[in-house]
Amino acid sequence: MIAPRTHLDRLEAEAIHILREVAGQCQNPALLFSGGKDSVCLLRLAEKAFRPGRFPFPLLHIDTGHNYPEVIAFRDRRAAELGERLIVRSVEDSIARGTVRLARPDESRNRHQSVTLREAIEEFGFDCLIGGARRDEEKARAKERVFSVRDEFGQWDPKNQRPELWRLYNAKVPAGGHVRAFPISDWTELDVWQYIAREGLELPSIYFAHPRPCVRRGGLLAPVTELTPAREGETVETPWVRFRTVGDITCTAPVESRARTIEEILRETAATTISERGATRLDDQTHEASMEQRKREGYF
Amino acid sequence: MDTVLRFLTCGSVDDGKSTLIGRLLYDSRALLVDTLEGIERTSRRRGATAPDLSLVTDGLIAEREQGITIDVAYRYFRSGARTFIIADAPGHEQYTRNMVTAASTAQLAVLLVDVRQGLTAQTRRHALLADLVGIPALAIAVNKMDLVDYDPAAFEAVVYAFEDFAEASGLRARRHYIPMSALLGDMVVERGEHLPWYLGPTLLEVLERTPVEDGARDEPFRFPVQWVCRPRESTDPLLHDYRGLAGQVAAGTLAVGEEIAVLPSGRRSTVTSIEVGGVPREHAVAGDSVMIRLADDLDVGRGDLLVRADESAPTLARSIEADLVWLDPAPLAPRRTYLLRHTTREVQARIEAIEWNLDVATLERVPAHELAMNDIARVRVKLAQPIAADRYEALRDTGSFLLLDPATWDTVAAGMIRGAR
Ligand SMILES: Nc1nc2c(ncn2[C@@H]2O[C@H](COP(=O)(O)OP(=O)(O)OP(=O)(O)O)[C@@H](O)[C@H]2O)c(=O)[nH]1
Ligand SMILES: [Mg+2]
Repeated sequence: MIAPRTHLDRLEAEAIHILREVAGQCQNPALLFSGGKDSVCLLRLAEKAFRPGRFPFPLLHIDTGHNYPEVIAFRDRRAAELGERLIVRSVEDSIARGTVRLARPDESRNRHQSVTLREAIEEFGFDCLIGGARRDEEKARAKERVFSVRDEFGQWDPKNQRPELWRLYNAKVPAGGHVRAFPISDWTELDVWQYIAREGLELPSIYFAHPRPCVRRGGLLAPVTELTPAREGETVETPWVRFRTVGDITCTAPVESRARTIEEILRETAATTISERGATRLDDQTHEASMEQRKREGYF
Repeated sequence: MDTVLRFLTCGSVDDGKSTLIGRLLYDSRALLVDTLEGIERTSRRRGATAPDLSLVTDGLIAEREQGITIDVAYRYFRSGARTFIIADAPGHEQYTRNMVTAASTAQLAVLLVDVRQGLTAQTRRHALLADLVGIPALAIAVNKMDLVDYDPAAFEAVVYAFEDFAEASGLRARRHYIPMSALLGDMVVERGEHLPWYLGPTLLEVLERTPVEDGARDEPFRFPVQWVCRPRESTDPLLHDYRGLAGQVAAGTLAVGEEIAVLPSGRRSTVTSIEVGGVPREHAVAGDSVMIRLADDLDVGRGDLLVRADESAPTLARSIEADLVWLDPAPLAPRRTYLLRHTTREVQARIEAIEWNLDVATLERVPAHELAMNDIARVRVKLAQPIAADRYEALRDTGSFLLLDPATWDTVAAGMIRGAR
């Protein structure tokens, strides 16, 4: 008797299949690795897909220059442990080149990642970018294909997506365009944490509860850092928090939590009443369709 | 044991598919607070008093502006021991290809019918497409019962009409009929108070009880090779000669020591190891993504198929008969060469003959020389190189294919193999 497969086994097998389709169909792919929990899962999936061989792609990180140092250190260490090539391209350099212009010096650089990403695609001639986006994250992402076609400008056209049937993924694109592949499209936040627990994956420390100076802003906790000081009239407190997602410091909020182990995080995730983005994104609150607009411009 | 059910909602435009998914999630308490607040905010801004539950899945700007669904939205929820992967498909005819996308992986279709409208051409088309791709269960949700005073006769009229249609078209799916109001929540998760004459299960009960099969374990072994692992640059002498065939088992089971054949070449060898990420295991079963090593150094690459030497083999075909759904706005050009994608294999293909085109309204099989978007046709396809084909109803992965347009690389048609030579 061969043991029945669990939901997590099936999600894993599908994700490995998708990664290998990229390897089989694309000439020059790259895997976006930020050090965040979703891309940590992608790396484990890539190990299962390609070991004992090397990954058939480099890792790529678009650094806004406004990331938590723990996360950047983790990113570099993880890439080195795996012995895989890590390419880092910085929004800072795009600003220096003049391709990114900030309206204000303290403007969030999050959105501008799209420009730096496009420049990296041109520089290396990537024809596929693998990302850790999930459909349960946001209502525009819920609409996206596993293999999603982008034009020369990196744009997504949500009204004109390709049919995608069965397990027959089509990664071919006309010259100048590229495809984005999302192996964990069908995973939920809970699936990701369960996978991290099952595989014993290491994460940056800020995913676990720690005391951190914050202010309360628009119903969320905004971390107080050199980059993001408290504003006039705000009171700084130091609650126990953890991050549900890590991203640019200026737009990612932690949540109040005492969960210091994966098991505790799993319990909280199963019982949560607020979505991952709703609890953590300081930038999505502004407009109903912020994510769709960013995606149309080439954002991940 | 946890099970997963993938289902889609389909049916004519405005029959209430998105509202139904919203209702299902809302009444199952599967909507998170901030999602719900967002929906309430948007609904209020538009002057509605109650939250518009179709906004749960209609997430694109254009969808919200026009009040229609354009592309499939995926949602996930758990109820009891079951995980649901929901695909909310559009009803609009222009977006039929997006419905086909959702249908191709679904194990159940919820087909909505507006009780006042009865069966429309689009209801029929979606039912036929669901059947064509082999969805084994159909839940026919007779919706908007609130608009006909929950009249049982109105419900029955739809049931009879659909059964007539099902018989005439030879639909194979198991069928459940459920009267409901997606808007008010009758018979979705709660029974409500308006339908005392209906004694069958609610929609959620149907979803929870529908049996799901675990892949195609009992079928003959099929393994399309996706990628070959050759860590050549390694100085480790063991790895130096390593040659792993990476792929996902499409059907059946395989154990170390068994004899396999490589198709189309027909060469044979013995399985020396099965691994995942370098870790050995004894078996691989349908659905597993593994790496397989063979005793002999055969010429095997992406596009080849491994089968077991002791099991029935697929047909090495240069000509196939298939049901084809044309998905592209540009019609089929019979003299053009398309790229046919079957498992991981790609071959040049030409439509040799269109045997018939299905008239969805009359179910008549009419002769045709051209196919336009959304057409469902029986065709004969000629291939430049052989593919290892099974019939779609026997084995899905080796029985299906896509046609790609070499000018755009777009996916222009989906095919289900009915015969191979
Ligand atoms: N009275 C009544 N109205 C309903 C019911 N279900 C849906 N509606 C309304 O029907 C309209 C269309 O609903 P949607 O859920 O957007 O329909 P749809 O089938 O998803 O439409 P498309 O995806 O564009 O094909 C909306 O105004 C709904 O409020 C119902 O049970 N009763
Ligand atoms: Mg809809």
